[in-house]
Amino acid sequence: MNSKFIDTEAPAAAIRKAAQHVNQNEGLIFEKSAPGKRGFELPPLDVPAIDAVVALGSAFTRDAIDGFPEVSEIEVIRHFTRLSTWNFAIDLGMYPLGSCTMKYNPRVNEFVARLDGLATEHPMQPAEVSQGCLRILYDLQKCLLAITGMDAVTLQPVAGAQGELTGLLMIRAYLQSKGNPRKKVLIPDSAHGTNPASVVIAGYEVQNIKSNSRGQIDTDHLREFATEDVAALMVTNPSTLGVFEERIDEIAHILHERGALLYMDGANMNALAGVARPGDFGVDVLHLNLHKTFSTPHGGGGPGAGPVMAKKILEPFLPIPVVVQKQNGSFALDHNRPQSVGRVRAYSGNFGVLLRALAYTLAYGPGIRQATEDAVVNANYIRMNLEDHFDLPYNLPSMHEVVFSDARQKKHGVNTMDIAKRLIDYGFHPYTTAFPLIVPGAMMIEPTESESKEECDLFIDAMRSIALEAETNPELVKTAPHTTRVGRLDEVAAARKPVLRWKP
Amino acid sequence: MRYLPKSPSERQEMLKAVGVTSVEELFQSIPEQFRLRDPLPLPGPLSETEIIQYFQARASENARGYTSFLGAGVYNHLRSVVTDALIQRGEFLTSYTPYQAEISQGTLTAIFEFQTLMCQITGQEVANASMYDGSTALTEAVLMAERLTGRQKVLIARSVHPEYRQVLDTYAKNLGLDVEEIGYTKAGHVDSAQLTKEKLATAAALVVQSPNFFGVLEELPGLAEAAHSAGALLVTTIAEAVSLGIVRPPVEADIVAMEGQAFGIPLSYGGPFVGVIATRDKFVRQMPGRLAGQTTDANGRRGFVLTLATREQHIRREKATSNICTNEALYALAATIHLCLLGKEGLREVALQNLAKARFARAELEKIPGVKPVFSGTVFNEFVLEFPRSVKLINAALLRDKIIGPLALGTHFPELTKRGLVCVTEVTPRAEIERMAVAIKRILETPV
Repeated sequence: MNSKFIDTEAPAAAIRKAAQHVNQNEGLIFEKSAPGKRGFELPPLDVPAIDAVVALGSAFTRDAIDGFPEVSEIEVIRHFTRLSTWNFAIDLGMYPLGSCTMKYNPRVNEFVARLDGLATEHPMQPAEVSQGCLRILYDLQKCLLAITGMDAVTLQPVAGAQGELTGLLMIRAYLQSKGNPRKKVLIPDSAHGTNPASVVIAGYEVQNIKSNSRGQIDTDHLREFATEDVAALMVTNPSTLGVFEERIDEIAHILHERGALLYMDGANMNALAGVARPGDFGVDVLHLNLHKTFSTPHGGGGPGAGPVMAKKILEPFLPIPVVVQKQNGSFALDHNRPQSVGRVRAYSGNFGVLLRALAYTLAYGPGIRQATEDAVVNANYIRMNLEDHFDLPYNLPSMHEVVFSDARQKKHGVNTMDIAKRLIDYGFHPYTTAFPLIVPGAMMIEPTESESKEECDLFIDAMRSIALEAETNPELVKTAPHTTRVGRLDEVAAARKPVLRWKP
Repeated sequence: MRYLPKSPSERQEMLKAVGVTSVEELFQSIPEQFRLRDPLPLPGPLSETEIIQYFQARASENARGYTSFLGAGVYNHLRSVVTDALIQRGEFLTSYTPYQAEISQGTLTAIFEFQTLMCQITGQEVANASMYDGSTALTEAVLMAERLTGRQKVLIARSVHPEYRQVLDTYAKNLGLDVEEIGYTKAGHVDSAQLTKEKLATAAALVVQSPNFFGVLEELPGLAEAAHSAGALLVTTIAEAVSLGIVRPPVEADIVAMEGQAFGIPLSYGGPFVGVIATRDKFVRQMPGRLAGQTTDANGRRGFVLTLATREQHIRREKATSNICTNEALYALAATIHLCLLGKEGLREVALQNLAKARFARAELEKIPGVKPVFSGTVFNEFVLEFPRSVKLINAALLRDKIIGPLALGTHFPELTKRGLVCVTEVTPRAEIERMAVAIKRILETPV
């Protein structure tokens, strides 16, 4: 079955590795299927069996699905274990993706999330037999409020982007309650793509504003744009350049003066936890990405959680239900909130993610500041050791991440993506490429606090070595990676003639 | 602190290399008045042992040891230990979104398999790499229908999960999207008499759930015909995906929005789950969410990449089809592994067991004096019963027997007070079904 995967037409050198390692040749699960095999058996039925056609009628009944996998348990184990070896992971090494905060995902969090009595609970079961779940949510709420310095919180949004939308809907409902929801939301050109996309779903127009030459929000520009049509500014702080908005209080003041609110994208909260609180510097509403700052595993793309914290004025507009503590000390879900923006997801959000974030917070306690400090030390250490080799377009103090550009390497025809791919050969995951948009050829590096000095040194060595290769042997860099199961893949062909599913 | 890999002297060494004498200097870009002086008032730090103790204490405050008859969008099914073992491999658990394809082939291949399985199960041509859950997938499907038709109204069956409808309302109200509810018949079906040509002719989509919130299967071919003849799309949502092991898939639907929790994902008090959007090939460019596609490298080796990204927010920003970025990849993987384990026969057998157990439970409960069936339509593993008393009162009494009884429908459907929604899956032992029947009989015999 795998023989077709070893392309006998291909040059021998190219297939050498694939031909020798069985786990490198793994096909799709559908290609392993054979009639009559199965990987899970059910206990015998303890009630009278029933014929589907009799019970449902033939119009409602389907036949067995053609091409559906039929494989044994060991084949499932081997298949997915082999696939897993094709992934890079935090557990393998440094994953310096800027803006993504790929830190260690503590294993105890996985353990407690699977406890009988937590993993097994139904979201619609009565509150009196859900006190444990509700207390977990309540305790996490208190922690997040303490860390951010805000007054009110919802844990319901299940991702950063949904948190953004929820925050914007709360702003909208607040302004509406004052008589006019306004029309526009201001977004700096350095923002994440989710910001403008969320603004549109909240029913607002996006007004992009340019950063100044220092990569910061231009307050004169802001004064000009913050008209009576503007509902809010969405600011990422520290910005996607890893730099604190030094005039954040002035920014908040300009907005508030004109009746608009300040939204903060908390994606970069890993630079602030325990050091500064958004609630103190004028932020009205923000979301956190618990899969970033609060260590819940990213799992190859999700799940996440995007709780939203807000100032008192926005509290009436929180999504329903809200977790509350009653006078007798017990916990409940409050649905009776007439000014609520409504519900953004069924049930109470990604409880399993929220629970892990609480486990993380409890592990540190007030010591969370140490994690922040280490993250900032690592980013500055890497910056200091690489700034002689790579162009630093914005020379401002870095916090948890540093953004270089490929300007020097471009002279040799090597771009940020090439350098990123070459890093793979040195045993590291690439940094974030080509973002933020205000830096052409951006190389955005966020080491997080989880990296030791040794790992940082290895990364620095790798980057310096690649900088040298870009000068002496640019082809080597441009054709990287050289050590992976597949080389660079043809993305143009994938998009032109999409093959999005296996077919028999 | 055990998660931090630096010794005190390494910290000093690194600070020295950076050129500062104290870590405080690295935070000087934060205006001084905003820098915290005191430690945050947080509980902890806790050792690993104490963390486990805290969560075990919370687990003991929940319904551990209770038998539950709740479904309503979240279903307790058998799960192999293999699924959890595999998704806890660090290479899956601790990897990021597979933007760097060369070192993400594990995740990308699994997504491609997930997309394929979701197509096979729903009878659709293309499925995405996951949405947050069923409720948000439904909303995204409606927004997709709006883009495809250019129409600003949606007709939604009242028998769609009430919390799904609430989510849709939250999104719709700021987008100028008009949501009109369509009632249900005595059979529990969407009331097609209300689906006039005039209504459908201005609607982007007719939205139904099947099995619907009352457990009743909708007759999709007729609904599709009515919608299509008026230029509207049929959006079908599925909350109990296990039904598709035996129930005919919604092949007539233009967009399917499904909750995949039933495929091996724990209840976990409501999340994380996994949403799915599946549709026709011709609509793929209006789909939200990530897609993995097959391609080759320079040596012709098969590999997978994220593709058609020009629909997505990181490329298109305010013109994207959705703001979704993070999805539920790890639980898409869990569903994939679970379905591979079940296989063709297992999937069918699980569905059949649900069908048999629910039929058995319904017969047992309907024997109780005063308990009556409500809807005559065909059901899968959930059904509605009418009780001679408030369901909430019955449930309060059942709790004393460690039974979590039927969902009281009156909360979301004022016209359905004294009606309860019962769910029975392959997990529910016959003895527990009988025990609940005995308990309800006894409760109803006790004078109020």
